[in-house]
Amino acid sequence: MKFSVYRYNPDTDDEPYMQGFEVELRQGMMLRDALLAIREQDESFTFRHSCGEGVCGSDGVNVNGSNKLACITPLTELKEPVVVRPFPGRPVVRDLVVDMSQFYTRYKQVDPWLIRKEPMPEREILQSPEERDKLDGLYECIMCGCCSTSCPSFWWNPDKFLGPQALLSACRFLADSRDQAGEERLDKLEGPYKLFRCHTIMNCVEACPKGLNPTKAIGHIKAIMLKDAI
Amino acid sequence: MALEKQRFDTLILGAGGAGLNAALQLANANLKVAVVSKVFPTRSHTVAAQGGVNAALANVLPDNWHWHMFDTVKGSDYLGDQDAIEYMCREAIPTVYELEHNGVPFSRLTNGKIYQRAFGGQSQNFGGEQAARTCAAADRTGHAILHTLYQQNIRAKTHFYDEYFAVDLIKDKEGIVVGALVLNIATGEPLLIESTTTLLATGGCGQVFRTTSNAHINTGDGMAMVLRAGLPLMDMEFFQFHPTGIAGKGMLITEGVRGEGGYLINKDGDRFMEKYAPNAKDLASRDVVSRSIVTEVRDGHGCGPEADHVMLKVNHLSEDVIAKRLPGIRESSRIFAGVDPVKDPIPVFPTAHYVMGGIPTDRFGRVMPTSEDNGEHLPGLYAAGECACASVHGANRLGGNSLLDILVFGRLAGHNIIDYVKDNGTHRPLDEAAVEQAMGRLARWENKGEGLSVSQLRNEFRKTMEDHAGVFRVEEMMAEGVEKVRQIREKLSDVRLTDHSSTFNINRTEALELENMIDVGLSIAVSALHRKESRGAHSRPDYPKRNDAEWMKHTLYWQENDKLDYKGVRVQPLTVESFPPKERVY
Repeated sequence: MKFSVYRYNPDTDDEPYMQGFEVELRQGMMLRDALLAIREQDESFTFRHSCGEGVCGSDGVNVNGSNKLACITPLTELKEPVVVRPFPGRPVVRDLVVDMSQFYTRYKQVDPWLIRKEPMPEREILQSPEERDKLDGLYECIMCGCCSTSCPSFWWNPDKFLGPQALLSACRFLADSRDQAGEERLDKLEGPYKLFRCHTIMNCVEACPKGLNPTKAIGHIKAIMLKDAI
Repeated sequence: MALEKQRFDTLILGAGGAGLNAALQLANANLKVAVVSKVFPTRSHTVAAQGGVNAALANVLPDNWHWHMFDTVKGSDYLGDQDAIEYMCREAIPTVYELEHNGVPFSRLTNGKIYQRAFGGQSQNFGGEQAARTCAAADRTGHAILHTLYQQNIRAKTHFYDEYFAVDLIKDKEGIVVGALVLNIATGEPLLIESTTTLLATGGCGQVFRTTSNAHINTGDGMAMVLRAGLPLMDMEFFQFHPTGIAGKGMLITEGVRGEGGYLINKDGDRFMEKYAPNAKDLASRDVVSRSIVTEVRDGHGCGPEADHVMLKVNHLSEDVIAKRLPGIRESSRIFAGVDPVKDPIPVFPTAHYVMGGIPTDRFGRVMPTSEDNGEHLPGLYAAGECACASVHGANRLGGNSLLDILVFGRLAGHNIIDYVKDNGTHRPLDEAAVEQAMGRLARWENKGEGLSVSQLRNEFRKTMEDHAGVFRVEEMMAEGVEKVRQIREKLSDVRLTDHSSTFNINRTEALELENMIDVGLSIAVSALHRKESRGAHSRPDYPKRNDAEWMKHTLYWQENDKLDYKGVRVQPLTVESFPPKERVY
């Protein structure tokens, strides 16, 4: 199978270039396996990866124009030549490795932790299965960055718009019956940019390798704000 | 150029469950704490834990910590230290409540309490009916816990060094650990972190085997650092092969599948575990189930064209149970095995999963340097989690006790470090010779020229470990394995990097990881060769019986001359009566 991969090493290259590789296909092979096979041919080829089963979120890349997790993307789903690039809109560190620090900063901005004002009970805080169901589709985020780096609003305003990942996380805490900082959370999302730069383009939904729906989560936050405003 | 230095009260190596739970206690107590991780914290392998964490909350069935303790001692094949086990099983309960308070999205029962499922090796009333002790967030419990701990650490303003690789521990002239040399992966710059206390929380070493459920990062870095520091590793021969990895691939299918009612079948459709463990059947201990699967396949009852695996049947469960309790497993099975477990059984075979052994600690998380059990420990050096050996798992770990171990002992190490720093807050001057030695480890990889590649030697090494230190082990096969791993270690000096860039050079970190893996692999092979009995996960057809008279003792391995020594099991619990060794049947 033919691959065209993005190469850039700031130590040695003046500018980035695309390089062709050929990889022998085996049954059940994922894109990560192919990237590892390319590494066997050229050990300077650089990308992040770890768990190999789609839970650690290390190996998000742009393949044939879409953001995907390499380890759970079967090669049989991809058209040749397979064009593999780093996430769009992020500064490239080297080859497929991008600097994700701004993405992590946006996440930290939504206070992504449970806030409880009442003293804690001796045992667990009770939560009904129905209340817990509201976290499904929100808590499973693996912070791979496929969504935010495929979002045009995040490309234009990565300094002001929080992006789908951070907003999905904000919604995860707003939706948690145990959390007691809903109002403060909503206040922090006010203004024209942080939340409202989402124009429901829905690239994030397309890109999420875990099947989550950040656009829906953002809509949900908007709906709560509206309800509170009335 | 002068080496950059930073100072902290505490240095934590590793950002999985143990490292982050320790960091949280320390940051909450306003200590200056640095967490060094070679990956962004939520990429740590705790994220992959599926089934759950054991605690006798009694939310579903009657339970208490004493029963949990009995199961753990029995599961350990009587090699676990009973004081540490009692402590862990008692502390399980407040530890899980604290996690819930921190925000972990546990699944719930209709009464609003935390959902608990049945797991292997669990019983009520000291060996009676099946218990339901494993607290779960669907089948993504590790993910839910790791993300929650990271979130709370952001709140507590823990200082993270993300994508820094720990090279070696640094000692002072008296041999006390006073920090570590780390490498900024993005820039290739070394950094010296000085600390009054250091916690090793670097996780496991499953990558030493070719087929493993472990991530690429699980290369035993902390264990190898300890070996190079002249300290021992304990009970390294005890390596757990999880019964249900996806056949040929190794990805994990949680024991929770069997806890929810799934069971194993051979090519004839027989539920073969009834033969090997008449009572507990598919929920027997992991070592028992793994051996049963390998035996079935060896006897010609395997499935598939190569007859090389068995099947895990789930499709008798309702789609609702699978969707609600095992959504991640359904996803993994579809992606990696091409089957939807709602319709078809999942092809499975044992996969290298967990090392019971590790850095010897007492039940306070303090590293113990000798085989004398006299309370001697190294001041300021702690270890917790899979890299450590407290020893709570002995010869075989129970499912659901791994998350428990990392969380309980991570938290405890945090508390003990807080107390230690109160009286020992001053930084000791480091030994420049130790710094030079650690820098030499980096400099070695600057050597240029023709040579072996890292991946060539890594492939050879991992295959050797798989062939010579697997589920069943006989003398000749293991002796050959030890020899081969020694030869592979010799070959390390022939390995050369072709990439010498400073920016994000994973070729260099993989070379450092390979050195670590080979050091740790040899400790496994040598320790295994010398234990002439079958106990827990260490199964020797040439010595098929457990031999308590001669072998109810821990192995200690030092790197220098592959020296071995032994020390007795701590059979005296803290407050209850000891569980004397009995024949272990399920």
